[in-house]
Amino acid sequence: MLAENVIEEEKTNLREITYAEAIREATLQEMKRDERVFLFGLDVDDHLGIQGSTIGLNKELGSDRVFGTPLSEDAMTGVAIGAAMAGLRPIHVHIRMDFVLLAMNQLVNIAAKAHYMYEGQVRVPLVIRTMIGRSWGQGAQHSQALHSLFMHIPGLKVIAPSNPHDAKGMLIAAIRDENPVIFIEHRLLYNTKNYVSSDYYSLEIGKARTFTEGKDVTILAVSHMVIEALRTQKLLEQVGISAEIIDPVTLYPMDYETVSESFKKTKRLLIVDNAWLTCGLSSEVMAKMIEMLPEGIDGKPLNMKRMGFAHTPCPTTRELEDYFYPNAVTIAEQAYQMVTGNKLDVSKLSLEDAKEISTFKGPF
Amino acid sequence: MQNIDLTKRLYRSMLLIREIEEYIVKVYFTDVIKSPVHLSIGQEAVASAVCDVMNHDDLVSNTYRCHATYIAKGGNLNEMMAELYGKKDGCAGGKAGSMHLIDIKNGVLGASAVVGTTIPVATGYAFALKQEAKKTGKQRVVVAFFGDGATEEGCFSESINFAALHNLPILYVCENNGLAIHNPIQNRWPTDRIVERVGTYGIITDQVKSGDVFEMRDRTQKLMNFVRSGKGPAFIEIDTYRYKQHVGPADDLNEIYRDLTEYNKWYQNDQVDRLEKMLPEEDVVAIKNEVQALVNEAQQFAEKSEFPKFNDLYSNVYAS
Repeated sequence: MLAENVIEEEKTNLREITYAEAIREATLQEMKRDERVFLFGLDVDDHLGIQGSTIGLNKELGSDRVFGTPLSEDAMTGVAIGAAMAGLRPIHVHIRMDFVLLAMNQLVNIAAKAHYMYEGQVRVPLVIRTMIGRSWGQGAQHSQALHSLFMHIPGLKVIAPSNPHDAKGMLIAAIRDENPVIFIEHRLLYNTKNYVSSDYYSLEIGKARTFTEGKDVTILAVSHMVIEALRTQKLLEQVGISAEIIDPVTLYPMDYETVSESFKKTKRLLIVDNAWLTCGLSSEVMAKMIEMLPEGIDGKPLNMKRMGFAHTPCPTTRELEDYFYPNAVTIAEQAYQMVTGNKLDVSKLSLEDAKEISTFKGPF
Repeated sequence: MQNIDLTKRLYRSMLLIREIEEYIVKVYFTDVIKSPVHLSIGQEAVASAVCDVMNHDDLVSNTYRCHATYIAKGGNLNEMMAELYGKKDGCAGGKAGSMHLIDIKNGVLGASAVVGTTIPVATGYAFALKQEAKKTGKQRVVVAFFGDGATEEGCFSESINFAALHNLPILYVCENNGLAIHNPIQNRWPTDRIVERVGTYGIITDQVKSGDVFEMRDRTQKLMNFVRSGKGPAFIEIDTYRYKQHVGPADDLNEIYRDLTEYNKWYQNDQVDRLEKMLPEEDVVAIKNEVQALVNEAQQFAEKSEFPKFNDLYSNVYAS
């Protein structure tokens, strides 16, 4: 999937690889380039290697630089911070985002504040890799997308790439960044593929990606919802609606210029977050648009809608899970309503299968 | 036989901590220092003894009660006072205040207002120093100070375990003053066998209960030699006592959480007074004069320094 969205600027040495392979390649290239980088976390040296994203790295780089940890998220985050202050560049991996809650004290009280509180005397160039779970009954505590918690805290940067090309370039950018970066991956993305250059490259933190240009509606989607939004775009095309799909990639600092420019063009903004709505990214984007476009567009009030998780914990059974998440059809229905004022009849439309969801078998 | 140089050095260090803090007590009511202060008056001996066996390029990690360790490790006094005054020339430009003193040049790693939080950070710093020693051949060490209350935090056990697992060059120093905020240790621990508990992680431990600054130094020196040899971390628990309230400049002897017998026991054994009596009078006079001059200089430096400006609010949120 996403093969049609080959990224423009990379023309050489392209191969189709998975999201997991892209992350592994970024880690390996960066660790070879810079001996200060080290990788640690539960299972980074396991034979399964975080969905394959760290597989074999300990053999290639040595157990001094790639190693597993005790089950101590709080202290291990502090260790990463201390090592970063001393000049190393840690990558700390969590197999699920929910475990990062055990590290919030270190992330919020130390990592985010040290550079400011100590007036630049120390810096914390730290990458926290973390994974949102979904499908095959991951349940309430393994499906949380908590990016808005991190976006709220000054001093942290938050990235959530939706595809292998961006995952590689943004991970390299995150490792090279001088600040603590929360790097959010998604369980359903690891096996998705697109074309990725084998060369070194890093992408710009704070720059959004416009996937498809459109004139009728802007859909701003996050993480796995980008994949759903791209399927939505194809559904809408069949009924003559052209949607512009934007992936912010970096959630903080967010590229609001790209969002507002697109919004001014299409006059409709649908935000599809891969998270809950209350006090979330979607609330923030809406507030930001009101601040940036106080007169509305063409003298009319701003036309914005938002979608995301149901305001419930994530249920385990598939029957309920399907209601919990937005999908290509529900997003298309909302977008169609915004553009035409009518209800979309999806019965005659041809819908691309969500293979990353339907083929997912677990157990992890 | 008394080592006169050592006695003078420890006396000077302890007196400097006490006089700086007595100055803070004296001016606190005027509101020139608008920041919560956690004073170490009464427990100066621990910081002075431990820092005496550290090298200049070693690092000390401290707690929100951080004046003593900052001073004993050789932190810049003028910048410390300016920081308390909230001035631009403070060690952190006025952004840190009393609870977060830092001086990287002199090996002071910074502190946290959240109890126990600096223990894993110090451990991570030690992890980096172990890597560094592989290249330089020189093993620098980190000393992590914390109170008895911090040993109840989960990250303490997590850090000890990790340091033992990786043989990290770190000395953990538990300054046991028997009080966590206002809660006596008997209300918090079913046993006082912390040294035994820590020992089960596979690191060497020691304990000093006497309050004797020389004993603190000797015992620490032995552990420090072990840590510096790269064989692994060590832990020492040192009993001590704080004379002042948990936060603020006042005495709170009248408050019921205090055991006055305990207070008197420690007050009779005050190490500043004790060492003063051990030294020739001319040495005492000279040291007192020197300390007073340093306190005056710090005061003047802080008073003369400017407050930060509007643009400083936004500086150093992100590093570039």
